[in-house]
Amino acid sequence: MSDVSVRRPEVADGVGTSVLRPDGIPKVTGTFEFLGDQHAAGMLWGATRRAEVAHARLRHVDVTPALAMAGVHAVLTLDDVPGHRYQGQKTTDEPVLAEEEIRRCGEAIAVVAADDPETARRAAQAIVVELEELEPLTDLEEALARGELFRHVRVRRGDPDARGEVVVEDTYAIATQDPAALGTEAGLAVPDGNGGLDLWGPTQWTHVDLPQLAACLALDPTQVRVHPARLGGAFGSREDLSMQTHLGMLALRTGRPVKMVYDRTESFVGHVKRHGALMHYRHEADRDGRLVRVEARLLLDSGPYELTSAAVVANSTYFALGPYRCERVEVDGYALKTNNPLSGAMRGFGANQPCFAAETQMDRLAAALGVDPLELRLRNAIGPGDHLATTGQRIEHPLPVAEVIRSVAAIPLPDPLPGPDVDPRRLPGGTGRTSPPGALVRGVGYAVGLKNLQFSEGFDDDAEARVELTPDGAVVHTAAIEVGQGLVTIVAQIARSTLGMSGVEVAFDHTGQIGSAGSTSASRQTQMAGGAVLRAAQAVRAAALERAGGDDLDDAGVWRDGQLVASLADLLADGPLDERVCFKHRPTDVPDADGQGDLHVDFCVAAHRAVVDVDPELGLVRVVEVAIAQDVGRVLNPLQLHGQIEGGIAQGLGHAIMEEVLVERGIIRNASFTDYLLPTCLDAPEVEAVLVEEPSPWGPYGAKGMAELPTMSATPAVVAAIRAATGQPLTRAPVRPEDIVRGAPA
Amino acid sequence: MHLVRPRDLDGVLDALAAHPGATLLAGGTDLMVEVNLQHRRPETVICLRRVEELRTFEPGFIGAGVTWARLEHGPIPALAELARTVGSPQIRAAGTLGGNLGTASPAGDGLTFLAAVDAHVVLASTTGRRTLPWSAFLVGPKRHARRDDEVILGVEVPDAAAWPQAFAKVGVRQAMVIAIVNCCVVRPADDDVRVAMGAVGPTVLRVPDAEAAVVGDPTPSAERLARFETLVRDGIAPITDHRATEAYRRHAAGVLARRTLERCLPG
Repeated sequence: MSDVSVRRPEVADGVGTSVLRPDGIPKVTGTFEFLGDQHAAGMLWGATRRAEVAHARLRHVDVTPALAMAGVHAVLTLDDVPGHRYQGQKTTDEPVLAEEEIRRCGEAIAVVAADDPETARRAAQAIVVELEELEPLTDLEEALARGELFRHVRVRRGDPDARGEVVVEDTYAIATQDPAALGTEAGLAVPDGNGGLDLWGPTQWTHVDLPQLAACLALDPTQVRVHPARLGGAFGSREDLSMQTHLGMLALRTGRPVKMVYDRTESFVGHVKRHGALMHYRHEADRDGRLVRVEARLLLDSGPYELTSAAVVANSTYFALGPYRCERVEVDGYALKTNNPLSGAMRGFGANQPCFAAETQMDRLAAALGVDPLELRLRNAIGPGDHLATTGQRIEHPLPVAEVIRSVAAIPLPDPLPGPDVDPRRLPGGTGRTSPPGALVRGVGYAVGLKNLQFSEGFDDDAEARVELTPDGAVVHTAAIEVGQGLVTIVAQIARSTLGMSGVEVAFDHTGQIGSAGSTSASRQTQMAGGAVLRAAQAVRAAALERAGGDDLDDAGVWRDGQLVASLADLLADGPLDERVCFKHRPTDVPDADGQGDLHVDFCVAAHRAVVDVDPELGLVRVVEVAIAQDVGRVLNPLQLHGQIEGGIAQGLGHAIMEEVLVERGIIRNASFTDYLLPTCLDAPEVEAVLVEEPSPWGPYGAKGMAELPTMSATPAVVAAIRAATGQPLTRAPVRPEDIVRGAPA
Repeated sequence: MHLVRPRDLDGVLDALAAHPGATLLAGGTDLMVEVNLQHRRPETVICLRRVEELRTFEPGFIGAGVTWARLEHGPIPALAELARTVGSPQIRAAGTLGGNLGTASPAGDGLTFLAAVDAHVVLASTTGRRTLPWSAFLVGPKRHARRDDEVILGVEVPDAAAWPQAFAKVGVRQAMVIAIVNCCVVRPADDDVRVAMGAVGPTVLRVPDAEAAVVGDPTPSAERLARFETLVRDGIAPITDHRATEAYRRHAAGVLARRTLERCLPG
């Protein structure tokens, strides 16, 4: 498909250049209008009354004290839902507002609209709620024993009798991680005066919100326009509805615009998290270090509603081994139903948790064999022509597993341990001045991450895009959501290089204006929205050349034999030049009973190396450097790509040493940024990145999605480095100081 | 909500006399969090930021309104070190030493220094002034001895700038973290070593047995230092909470105190 890899380097700000984001300066100078900054004339403010326990029977709700308050315009409960009472992306099992059984702490019981946020909050608290508390189900083994599950994904492949002589076996735990987007949930619903409404909410896919909202609000889908939102981060947490239905209900009931903004504490129960997991692994290898058999049992804590958990556990199961060959594979993944916080999509989508366990297993297998851990990985590395050990799918496109491992190992190591005059901020403990250089031990650890690109298992979504010429240049139309990742830049670059024009703007359309672009997730939009934009731009260029009988197009217009034959205005005098394209990737299979099939569109891989300094006596860690070698296809925007790598590594580091949603009886104990610790810039390590460029045969200009991998294997690499420094087993992430000091197992 | 914005100390005292129990607002870095979380809904708030008398920072006295940012760049080494660990630059620009006293958190970083130097807290009201030793002022977790009609003027401290001294704090992040355990050691003289530990008891506390074990010995042996570490571990009363376990706090407190003492020893 040579049509996708033609470069036009002569076009300013095209692919391969570090174009700056148009919203970059406004964001850092505070003038960017985020979702929570939106206003509408005559607007009311919404607030939510929530359950404070994780499991209860709702005996009685009395809204009259709230309704009696001055300035309160509506107080709504489940009985006020105009249409379908449940929502959910795949299975609609989450009640819009609490029904008789309350299943999670933070479940919304009632919503209020009032003149101002303070009145709305007070009114929400004035609602009288009578609960009978029930015992919450919080333990994963117990949930499995009781059969409380959303999905069991089963993989069986290869010779059942295959056995290896060298065995490593253990149980691993990884805590629930919060996406912790800096912008909390916010939204605005505006009635259109004709019974319908316009809605701005935290979303990563407006067209999947639309049918849920229309059903719950008892509106025709054409009566609801879901607008792209100007988000302050997502990481997967905006794939599921949060406040949107509530806003719609309040706006329809009051006939006025309604705005809602969650504060940080509410945000912690207002969005989904990365599943905490309990994972048992048994690896068997022969004496040469060839993987012979892997058995794994993966328990994922989904919370009480399904949301995307069925797809998340599929990813965990299919990527349970990493990028390695193995004769016999038996994996059972379970998405379990509990009364813990809701989990769903988060950067890596289920592949991160088993990566932590499986990569640890590889290190321990290497130790048991007396082989270098990278050598062991290279001996088992898959590549094009091989079959994925779990699903049996043949790898057809570039997948440079061995290359990323060799490349990361070749990056020079950072300077050795710091001397006595070092700035304490570069030592474990940082500004706390806990750890003199003489108390430190250095460790180096590696991990490799493999994941799918796009959705899988027959969920073959597509992406629509429209490119139109105007007298001033070209406009790209898309419903793809910019969550901060840089789509706005990438699709413009693709359009510029394809059209041959530098004057390209991006318009983010609502659901009434354009078809779905699919979700901004699964590392998919560069290839999917980008693929659609590429083809629409090709069509516009071809139409323009044909109309004017030319051989080239640029910002001036159409050229023939070096002469301008039609300006853009001339071209458009004969009618619009406007092309709409729907791009589809190749179809994928639904798995058979053994989890076999061509379930995935494509794959991507990265290897991390972490270097840490550890103070073993206090159990404190500073991550000195994380190096990464990553399969990226072709780089479209080097600056942005490095930004994704550095941010992704910080997030993976966070899950390795500090980020953990602490839950007791289903209640979050650290629902604030005081106690849910995110890495600061002093915690972020130096990053060295090597990009392995083997062009994708189907991504625009050879690009592959890349934004999940930097997080995935960063976590196990950092923990491996701490393990190397301390000799402690560290089978649980994040590693706590106690684990290093006492070596307490999971 | 009723706001009072006095321009001087007399204005504060009059406002307190008129509204006993009014909420005092200095930097707001604790108070506003409470208000935003709806844990508090103050009726009357007296704003202290315009009161010059609270911002005195001189040898022997530190005003309650002195910010962490000023302490961070001030002449007292341990205070500067601990101030650097408080929050973010924005928090340090607003938050005050007096706020640490008013909040009376067992983990308050500034309190370790005040306990180590045996500071006296100066309180004022329209009926006069009184001075309380830090240990009489801090009576429990988030509890102190300020009367409803009083404002904290500041703390009387020895002129400690030249003493050997150090601060350290354990948290699971390089900066901007609440202490799992914190520690301040000062050595006014060879025969006077004082060790204050925070986040390991209902209030910041001193460990007299441990202090006694190293007093008078500017070059303690490894054995003596180990003994000191043990006495610190045994002389505190930590709890398990969402930030750390009791066992880890006890262990870390010993290590931290020993290392902090070592930084105060000659050579």
